[in-house]
Amino acid sequence: MSKTSDHNSTEPAKKPTIAVFKFASCDGCQLSLLDAEDELLAIAHQVEIAYFLEARTRTLAGPYDVGLVEGSITTEHDAERIREIRRQCRFLVTIGACATSGGIQALRNWADVGEFIQQIYATPQYINTLATSTAIADHVPVDFELRGCPINKDQLVELITALVIGRVPRVPNYSVCVECKRRGTVCVAVAKGISCLGPVTQAGCGAICPAFNRECFGCYGPQELVNLKSLCAHYEEQGESRDHLVRLVRNYNGYAAEFRAASDALEQQ
Amino acid sequence: MSDKRQFEVKALSRVEGEGRLYVRVAGNTVEHVELNIYEPPRFFESFLRGREIREVPDITARICGICPVAYQMTACHALEKALGLTMPPEIRLLRRLLYCGEWIESHALHMHLLHAPDFLGYESGITMAADHREVVERGLRLKKIGNDLLAVLGGRAIHPINVTVGGFYRAPRHSELKTLLPELEWGLAAAVETVRLVAGFDFPAFEQPYDFVSLHHENEYPLNEGRIVSSSGLDIDVSEYESHFEERHLPQSTALHSVMLPDAKHYLVGPLARVNLCLEQLPPTARREAETCGIAWPSQNNFHSIVARGIEVVAAFEEAVQIVGQYHAEPAVSRIEFTSHAGEGCHATEAPRGLIYHRYRIGDDGLIAEAKIVPPTSQNQGQIEDDLRQFVPSVLQYDDTEATRRCEHLIRNYDPCISCATHFLTLTIDRQGE
Repeated sequence: MSKTSDHNSTEPAKKPTIAVFKFASCDGCQLSLLDAEDELLAIAHQVEIAYFLEARTRTLAGPYDVGLVEGSITTEHDAERIREIRRQCRFLVTIGACATSGGIQALRNWADVGEFIQQIYATPQYINTLATSTAIADHVPVDFELRGCPINKDQLVELITALVIGRVPRVPNYSVCVECKRRGTVCVAVAKGISCLGPVTQAGCGAICPAFNRECFGCYGPQELVNLKSLCAHYEEQGESRDHLVRLVRNYNGYAAEFRAASDALEQQ
Repeated sequence: MSDKRQFEVKALSRVEGEGRLYVRVAGNTVEHVELNIYEPPRFFESFLRGREIREVPDITARICGICPVAYQMTACHALEKALGLTMPPEIRLLRRLLYCGEWIESHALHMHLLHAPDFLGYESGITMAADHREVVERGLRLKKIGNDLLAVLGGRAIHPINVTVGGFYRAPRHSELKTLLPELEWGLAAAVETVRLVAGFDFPAFEQPYDFVSLHHENEYPLNEGRIVSSSGLDIDVSEYESHFEERHLPQSTALHSVMLPDAKHYLVGPLARVNLCLEQLPPTARREAETCGIAWPSQNNFHSIVARGIEVVAAFEEAVQIVGQYHAEPAVSRIEFTSHAGEGCHATEAPRGLIYHRYRIGDDGLIAEAKIVPPTSQNQGQIEDDLRQFVPSVLQYDDTEATRRCEHLIRNYDPCISCATHFLTLTIDRQGE
């Protein structure tokens, strides 16, 4: 973890402190905090944004009340850095698919990274990376997770509000199907024969994709207690190719345990 | 004072992604400048192999949460070329509108919350809000309008889900777009206010002999289409990009570093390049603001990039108002159906941070066989280092904190997106004693 400095800081640290940390990611989930345009200044008033490099130069030294962690672990250095961050944060929250399941870059976990490096970089010896991209929870205990690729900014505001007040954040644990029904969207799987991951994916996005005539591709990751193997078998019976199903399941949350098991099983059949 | 100095800043802030800069000076001579991008590589070009055509805009969006539309648009156009698809004018306009949304949210964020604090002497937009609340609130509202536009057209602001090869999964409803009109009109007027504000900032006198590169289109300000031109006279079709530009791999970086051939020269992409090269294509209000803001274009000073960005926000609002105003009914066809087949196609568009290039080869199985992606920041990286080499002697009179602050300000002129280029910026200035 980078050494922090506290120059220019005269405010007493009475407000709860929040720190935002980045690992291998696209920055989209931490951007969601800046995308809370209506709430940002109010949040900055209620909590001390102590460490958030994308938004501010001033950094306060830890420990922090809440650490928001974006991104997955892909280097030895980052594996060490997350352990230090865990020590610094009273409450550690992972935000987004990279942090909770390894992200799209976890596709490397099924491939030969050495070959990847040679495909892209002329001088592979300069590149230092692990063979895998893994979730934060594979390295340190995580207190709460916000799903999504990207996360929903309303859920982020809810999370921060709940932590400031001291209650449990209200985040749905049902499937995207419930959101679709609420939204009044005609089921794309039943009515249009599109292989959709809505039945096995955790809600939170608002069921956007089916409302735009396309399949849910699981960017909020597996809902609790899903039977993805059965769903895939159903889609295969409907005439979907197995290769397509493997790709559908193996993407932004492909390395989440339930999704991983399903795509591996499909491949081995 | 000792002859040799080195500066170090552990983490460059207010940029997207993470990196480090190391500067070593002896007297007034800059011995070494190194922009060290150590964001871990994510290997998009590799794992795109074997994926379906339709997945590419969704996957490449994940390269960058700040400019996903740039990746989606460039990928779609390149793949449509590979498949021989021609887009109808209604889809072309909606794509232009979508891109306007991204320019607005990205530029408004950078100008008001990340870059203006450098000029006004604050460590962040959050701190700046205490004294300049109306400026920060205007920036947030402008940004929100850009995001709302993205949400209506793309389903959501970050990683839109409605963009596909061949068009949109669903065209926006007339009513959905029309409700945005009052805010878009407010945004146009507010963006003009911001141009006038930032044009009055105090700019360091830092003219450099830049070679500017951007798309150029006869009839419109470049977003999705155009030829590639440079201020040194280059004028090529996008298909010739790889004959004139080359990516190189340097030890300090997980980002590849682009140069212009044949002399391996550095060049500058982004808002300043576009305004300089495409001034005549700006829509009327943006053109008027450019001509009356007090800066003579073409400008060779990249500290003026914040003004160029502002002019582009005006242009984006102007276009958005026009396109939404003309949208009377959903197009009959929102996307062209296709069957994937072998082929190859490349394309370049203008991301908020500058030219972005993609090339794809589709195999006989209809899946991606090869992908090449060149983001704007890897093209600007060499130019950022050149700038610092020239700039550092002018800050040696200051202590390390102030010298570093000024170097970071210069780097932020580029609005570097290190997530795109692969990531992380930390500044080290070495002023070692002998």
